[in-house]
Amino acid sequence: MSGFLATLRRELRLALGGSGDILTLVLFFVIVGAITPFAIGPNPALLARLAPGIVWIAAFLAMLLGLDRLFRDDRDDGTLALYRLAETSLAGIVAAKVIAHWLTAALPLVLATPLLALLLAMDGPTFWRTVLSLLLGTPALAAFGTIGAAITMTTRRAALLAPILIAPLSVPVLIFGVGAITPLGGPDQAGAALLFLAALSLMALALSPFAAALAIDWSEE
Amino acid sequence: MSIDTAPKMTWWNRLAHPGQFVAWTRPLLWPLAILTIALFALGLWFAFFNSPADYQMGDTVRIMYVHVPTAWLSQFVYATMALSALGTLVWRHPMADVSMKAAAPLGAAFTAMALYTGSLWGRPTWGTFWEWDGRMTSTLVLLFIYLGIVALWRAFDDQLRAARVVAIFTLVGAVNIPIIKFSVDWWSTLHQPASVFTPEGPKMPLSILMPLLVMFFAFTFLFATLQLLAMHTEVRRRRIATLERRLAQGAGR
Amino acid sequence: MIGLGAHAEFIVAAYAGVFAGLALLVGWTLGAAYLTRRRLDSLGERERDRSARP
Repeated sequence: MSGFLATLRRELRLALGGSGDILTLVLFFVIVGAITPFAIGPNPALLARLAPGIVWIAAFLAMLLGLDRLFRDDRDDGTLALYRLAETSLAGIVAAKVIAHWLTAALPLVLATPLLALLLAMDGPTFWRTVLSLLLGTPALAAFGTIGAAITMTTRRAALLAPILIAPLSVPVLIFGVGAITPLGGPDQAGAALLFLAALSLMALALSPFAAALAIDWSEE
Repeated sequence: MSIDTAPKMTWWNRLAHPGQFVAWTRPLLWPLAILTIALFALGLWFAFFNSPADYQMGDTVRIMYVHVPTAWLSQFVYATMALSALGTLVWRHPMADVSMKAAAPLGAAFTAMALYTGSLWGRPTWGTFWEWDGRMTSTLVLLFIYLGIVALWRAFDDQLRAARVVAIFTLVGAVNIPIIKFSVDWWSTLHQPASVFTPEGPKMPLSILMPLLVMFFAFTFLFATLQLLAMHTEVRRRRIATLERRLAQGAGR
Repeated sequence: MIGLGAHAEFIVAAYAGVFAGLALLVGWTLGAAYLTRRRLDSLGERERDRSARP
């Protein structure tokens, strides 16, 4: 347990102490959302209708960006080798990394959502549903992203390949994420979508550390 | 090694040696190929000369004779890959990762053909070339997964090390595919209360079932033939890599 | 051949596409097999020559 917490503390320290990495990610998120009106027109009704989808796509893309730093730096400076030899299981260490990744990539995005809500003419209730949906769904994205990063750790063009691998897996997250915001099929639909989303995130969080740890071990052998 | 301590040579062990595998299965290739061609000939004859038009869909039902088999293969090939992935990870059977690698591009090709034929079937039947319905959308996502796996194999320099990592992703994909299907079905019923693509009609008289079954087996045997041949090629590729490495080392002498 | 009905072009396009796709697939598989066999044979000869040399 102490190894897990120590890794968590280290990851958070590195991410927060770093050179405004988090702010850059948030900036990317806001920019993606902000340029969509240039592509689809500034009509508020249209923007409001599409806003949940736009926010989710921006969040998805932003989380794909943050993947590179998950394992690359540790691998380069030898920390990964130490992790693999440590007493705490590699899966435990990866779990700490996933949580730290969510805290330093997804949470800041959620905090930046009001900005996008304003730009995309989102109304109040929709905004709060979006926040809830992002909170419940981004853990799944963080977990899938970690698997993708672990699998592509030693490959060429990892920055391009990991998103390609993760995107199909993230389709359910997007579907339920947006489904929880825009109740096309009635208010029950939003509730059902949120439950599915939460279940997906829980399952992904539980299983991804093991898959990622195996991928790391076998990439490095 | 005395006779007592030598490992038992069961067929499982025999097949594990790449050279043995190629030698043992090579006699299967021509019979499989001939069977495949015969089944295709029979299937095409049925499709174009000896089967009726469907009372609902008209003659376009003949597209189903190529759409259903390719759609079936897109799933069956993934199941083969997933099983091979288990073989790699759980039993460390050397031919398992060869099988996994050989199947991926074949699966991608069949999935693409399923989408193509489904699209052409949809246009006269339902009016559009593409419909974001549950089945077609899931097949599209499956195609992306296949292509990602092919890209993943190519991104590794060491193919032997790649095998176990690709196996993990294949299994992660296998677990996710039902989830994707479920979510896509849920999503498509939200957006389209209207009719949905159903390649298999509710009623199928023998006259339509017959060509369908023949083509189904024809395609499956085609996959088996190509898979076996591709596995032989992969085994030889690895042998070449070993030989080239040895030559390069020897050239220094 | 039976008449292909009002939507003949789609049926033809479907089968033609599948045929082309299968031809590509079979051709590519056979081609790769042939090329690796040839490379292996040439390497095998060079290997034999090397080991034959004293």
